[in-house]
Amino acid sequence: MSKMMKTVAVAGAVAAALSAHATTASAAEKEKCFGVALAGANDCAAGPGTTCAGTSKVDYQGNAWSLVDEGTCLTMELPAGMDDMARMGSLEALDRDLPKS
Amino acid sequence: MNNHTAFTSALLDPALPVPEGLLDGFGASAGKRFSVYRNNVTVSLIDALHEGFPAIVKLLGEANFSNVARDYLRAEPPSSPLMMLYGRGFPDYLAACPPLAKFGYLCDVARLEFALRESYHAADATPIAPQDFAQIAPEQLAQVKITLTPSARLITSAWPVFSLWRYNMQDGAEKPIARAESTLITRPEYDPIPHLLPSGGDIFLNAIIAQNSLEEAASQASEKHSNFDLSTILSTLLSSQAISHLSLEDQP
Amino acid sequence: MLDANKPFPSLPAKSGVGYKPQHFAEIMQDAGPVGWLEIHAENYMGDGGRPLAQLRHLSESFPISVHGVGLSIGGEGALDSEHLARLRHLCEWLNPASFSEHLAWSSHESAFLNDLLPLPYNTVTLNRVADHIDQVQEVLGRQMLLENPSSYLAFEASDMSETEFLRQISNRTGCGLLLDVNNVFVSATNLGYSPQAYIDDFALANVGEIHLGGHDEDEDDAGRPLLIDSHGREVIDPVWALLDYTLERSGVRPLLVEWDNDVPEWPLLAAEAERADAALQKALA
Repeated sequence: MSKMMKTVAVAGAVAAALSAHATTASAAEKEKCFGVALAGANDCAAGPGTTCAGTSKVDYQGNAWSLVDEGTCLTMELPAGMDDMARMGSLEALDRDLPKS
Repeated sequence: MNNHTAFTSALLDPALPVPEGLLDGFGASAGKRFSVYRNNVTVSLIDALHEGFPAIVKLLGEANFSNVARDYLRAEPPSSPLMMLYGRGFPDYLAACPPLAKFGYLCDVARLEFALRESYHAADATPIAPQDFAQIAPEQLAQVKITLTPSARLITSAWPVFSLWRYNMQDGAEKPIARAESTLITRPEYDPIPHLLPSGGDIFLNAIIAQNSLEEAASQASEKHSNFDLSTILSTLLSSQAISHLSLEDQP
Repeated sequence: MLDANKPFPSLPAKSGVGYKPQHFAEIMQDAGPVGWLEIHAENYMGDGGRPLAQLRHLSESFPISVHGVGLSIGGEGALDSEHLARLRHLCEWLNPASFSEHLAWSSHESAFLNDLLPLPYNTVTLNRVADHIDQVQEVLGRQMLLENPSSYLAFEASDMSETEFLRQISNRTGCGLLLDVNNVFVSATNLGYSPQAYIDDFALANVGEIHLGGHDEDEDDAGRPLLIDSHGREVIDPVWALLDYTLERSGVRPLLVEWDNDVPEWPLLAAEAERADAALQKALA
């Protein structure tokens, strides 16, 4: 493709996008409200009846708590080398991993 | 008067003594009773972070998450009474947290989760109908400027942030592979949806957000990514109702 | 504004519940004994999306009470003018049947602590709270209700009772009072006074709404019961009894069941509202 996308190419892409877009009937307004609420809410209740969390002390000398083996960070086995690559800021952009057309 | 200064400091730092002048109602000092307030503040804010960053909870596990959340809330308590927006600084806090240094992607996954929340609460807008494009003469289409809806968010990353999010939030999702991914969040109706952007999509959308013309934005994207496909991303924007306005004029 | 000819100018003397989004469909279909709903103001201060859409629908069918949890009326500093403006915006848009807040503080300097924190009761705090309520009522252009807190400790610096403090605030500012009988039971147990004596001394004529909720039990350093206002379970029988005691003296009032932690399925919350409704019927008889 040439460096400058041409007007005709833009028009063609818009036409293709429009033809791909199937209009679906929209649900009634009230039904759209029947969905999940995303978290992050205020309320006026006290926390559960324990007094331990608020008094749990941390060592401020550099976040001294250590990781417990339980999250997917530690179990999902990301591809070898990903950490190093990304820390160098050199993870390849998406298209390098896709077959070239 | 600064009684609340001492009270606040002691709420957020359990190493400090219980503030003076507090009683138990039976003639003795308050002692453990002050811990009820310490607990309410700490637990309610950990819970708020827990609910706001579910993929980070999966990635770290509950215990690790609670540890980092407790550190964070003491370092950066909310600055607004709106809990819906608590945690804006959490991604950067994760990035700077020494025990988590080897998981460099956490910050960007957290940015994605916060953006989902922002999108959920963003202003409503009427999306354009696809046929609105058809109202524009073909020779003028290249100069069209697109305004995205207020609920649209773009998350660019050097990590496979979309795949990491999906792997932790959807049963049976594929494992991430080592690549950079950018994510578009749209909110057709009321539920935000993350979309993995095809190559060049982030460059295109950043140019669109900066009010460049369709032609200019597409050119910028295809300069860097020869396989950039304008019709695919336009189709995504239309089907997810992410466009609120088309204009041939400069936006005010 | 949603509707200039507001259909619900005030809360009815019926039972209501604290609204939770997961109950939207059931409430819209059949709310049973529930005659009105209360929302937490701060959860409807986003720019749009589902929360405000749900609220718009609910407000067409139910009187709505806006219950603030973040204004920090007892704070040492000035009220947060941005937050007050958000409250005004919400009240102008919704035109609710009632607005209420807490006798407590929750912000200090730049930090919001997400809890209802306690105040000593003396002339200094009386003047400060009264000034803040004057300001709220002026900005909102309506009377507000002020709620009695749950207390876990007391202050050396207090020189008047909570009931006296609330009466003076109400008389001075013209605000109404929101009487939470579970909070009375929790505070009375925690601080060792009679909940009935508290009710006897309360300015019941100024009460515009009554709250009920569940609490948890813990104990303090001396092994005394320490009740925590968790809103995470059913209202216990002694609190229902204290409600009856109150209604006999106050007459019927809008009566709300709050359930904020471990929120149950709708039928269980509706059953609590049913029981509240029965208490109102009994007081009428």
